[in-house]
Amino acid sequence: MSKHTLSVLVENKPGILARISAMFFRRGFNIDSLAVGTTEHPDISRMTIVVNVEDQPLEQVTKQLNKLVNVLKIVELEPGAAVQRELVLVKVRADNETRSQVVEIVQLFRAKTVDVSPEAVTIEATGSGEKLEAMLKMLEPYGIKELVQSGTIAIGRGARSITDRSLRALDRSA
Amino acid sequence: MTEQAPPRSEPHPQPPRARAGGQSRVPGHTPADKTVTGAQSLILALEAVGADTVFGIPGGAILPAYDPLMDSTRVRHVLVRHEQGAGHAATGYAQVTGKVGVCMATSGPGATNLVTPIADAHMDSVPLVAITGQVASKAIGTDAFQEADICGITMPITKHNFLVTDPADIPRVISEAFHIASTGRPGPVLVDIAKDTLQAPTVFSWPPRHELPGYRPVTKPHAKQIREAARLVGASRRPVLYVGGGVLKARATAELKVLAELTGAPVITTLMGLGAFPDTHPQHLGMPGMHGTVAAVTSLQKADLIVALGARFDDRVTGKLDTFAPYAKIVHADIDPAEIGKNREADVPIVGDAREVIADLIVAVQSEQEQGGTGAAGTERYAEWWQQLNRWRETYPLGYDLPTDGTLSPQQVIQRIGELAPENTVYTAGVGQHQMWAAHYIEYDKPRTWLNSGGAGTMGYAVPAAMGAKAGAPEATVWAIDGDGCFQMTNQELVTCALNSIPIKVAIINNGALGMVRQWQTLFYNKRYSNTVLHSGPHGNGNGAAEDTGVPEEQARQAAGTRCPDFVKLAEAMGCVGLRCDDPEQLDAVIEKANSINDRPVVVDFIVHEDAMVWPMVAAGTSNDEIMAARDVRPDFGDGADD
Repeated sequence: MSKHTLSVLVENKPGILARISAMFFRRGFNIDSLAVGTTEHPDISRMTIVVNVEDQPLEQVTKQLNKLVNVLKIVELEPGAAVQRELVLVKVRADNETRSQVVEIVQLFRAKTVDVSPEAVTIEATGSGEKLEAMLKMLEPYGIKELVQSGTIAIGRGARSITDRSLRALDRSA
Repeated sequence: MTEQAPPRSEPHPQPPRARAGGQSRVPGHTPADKTVTGAQSLILALEAVGADTVFGIPGGAILPAYDPLMDSTRVRHVLVRHEQGAGHAATGYAQVTGKVGVCMATSGPGATNLVTPIADAHMDSVPLVAITGQVASKAIGTDAFQEADICGITMPITKHNFLVTDPADIPRVISEAFHIASTGRPGPVLVDIAKDTLQAPTVFSWPPRHELPGYRPVTKPHAKQIREAARLVGASRRPVLYVGGGVLKARATAELKVLAELTGAPVITTLMGLGAFPDTHPQHLGMPGMHGTVAAVTSLQKADLIVALGARFDDRVTGKLDTFAPYAKIVHADIDPAEIGKNREADVPIVGDAREVIADLIVAVQSEQEQGGTGAAGTERYAEWWQQLNRWRETYPLGYDLPTDGTLSPQQVIQRIGELAPENTVYTAGVGQHQMWAAHYIEYDKPRTWLNSGGAGTMGYAVPAAMGAKAGAPEATVWAIDGDGCFQMTNQELVTCALNSIPIKVAIINNGALGMVRQWQTLFYNKRYSNTVLHSGPHGNGNGAAEDTGVPEEQARQAAGTRCPDFVKLAEAMGCVGLRCDDPEQLDAVIEKANSINDRPVVVDFIVHEDAMVWPMVAAGTSNDEIMAARDVRPDFGDGADD
């Protein structure tokens, strides 16, 4: 099994998330993470889907995605040629004795402390999955009270944009 | 497909036809931009898109649409008895006419009753537009009376679906629905319209502008792939043209015949592809698959090249996948890219409409032959291959033994129906033994004369599909070949046929059992006939009884005489002519009688021998190499002699 990051441009219409997640479920494809948001164009949403598959089924995944009428474009982002980020918010047990140690870890990972209370601090961190994993491993001994993590979002390096052509298609039909 | 395909992302090309006299009224009013209700807009859009027949049943949420429908002179509405019947009728209509079939139902249970025919159309790529009423937009999501999330329910079984809550969207959505249903790989599209949207005032304008930026089916094949395919055909010694339903949908049968005769390769047509290549053509080896002919199945196993045209390497065709066609290179042409490489990796993938693919292949093969100068023409080119094929074909032809006890042979009944039928007869079938026998023993020489539920395997398909076929082609004789199990699922549509002058003919191949399931019980469940005997009560089905053989069979034989239901009386009660035949001597006379009645539907109850089985057979999950020509008879392929 290997991980692949797909950038999927879709029409910003109700139900599209259901269409995509239902297709993954019904065809037995595994989603590692999925993040959706708007783009520079109000009519286009962008999903970043990390799938866990062999190469052969990956082709099936993209072909089946392409069959969905509201899907405009699918690009696989190679790890070397793309920036990939996740966001994590984590609430760590920290009292007067341990707070400074926790804050030190936060600084080491260039994360941020976004909330402090007598028993805990809440930390915001972005980065690659590996970096965040390393940070959480360091924080674990202090006691992780609560953790929330976003799906991966990713964008290709360099000047080229994957949305240009889809925008033109959208303009033609509008 | 291509016939109905307008240029992409552009409005449907069929303009509203002007009415005689140029009189204007609301439904059928031609000048664009008129204030109407959403319901009127819907009917105007259906007229404009060329829908002439709608099968459906009204109900609360769809009620507004039925009011202007009453005034439409261009859209004929056929009031069915069950929504499932509407859906299958629309698919029967679509397959015979090549147009989009239309069915209509109300919200909630009306819509969910369409689920089976929609799933059926999805599996068999039939262009279908289902229009459903939805509860008022404000009530959506509140579990209102007769509310069902039909868009959510049908998401995995439609090509696309729409929920309409703005009346201004109606013409565009209807136009897009027909466009999506009929282009690319055809399929079902559902349009769910809220009741208040049908009631609201709006402006009807036509043609609308499509907003489908993500829908771009590829029909034109890639020239390089075509050349590569032609090169493989030229280089092969044992090629097979494996033809599926895509060739029928693309109306590519004339091109296929040219290609087949040009290459001299054998042709096999799948269950969905029957009629794409004449059964009587000497290059036709029959149907591949679980119940395919020995020659067709074996040709795939021994081939060095398979050219798949509009076929999808379904599990019923390949058998156990990792032993399927071990020596073959694969050229796979399909309009749906996702079918290519899904089950069997393709050496030459070709995405395109079957007609364009085959037309281009003809040219490429011709030029390949001219350059190669191989000399031999047609089947001579593969003389050695044909020697083998002919040996299999002659040694293991399709056939059956007549019962020795004087009962009717189901295969013979079906064969004689085919032989005595007028030209251009359309056949539909349910699912099971009778379906396979209808595939084997009726000769299909023309496209669009064989309709069945191939992918979904929907029992009860035959009667409503025949109704739709007859409505679409009133001049053709339509025979539904049905089983007594299937018939009891959807026979109520005979009432619709009787009341709407749709005189179909139904042959009930009545063996008193769920025959195909019973066959599996005979072969794989030690003859324990659990719940497959239709004519007897729970005792005869082994419920609560420990005996596993003998007794239920004997009881079934006795119970077969009880005739519950009595199909002749049932037919008469539904306004049809009911006939019965249980004597081989009377067989032809009864069929001729049925053929002579054309003013009413006819139902013939053929009481047949119950132990007949479908052969050949590749048991589920086994290799095509394990095909059994008949029970305990594995063909001798001289294994080891070739390759």
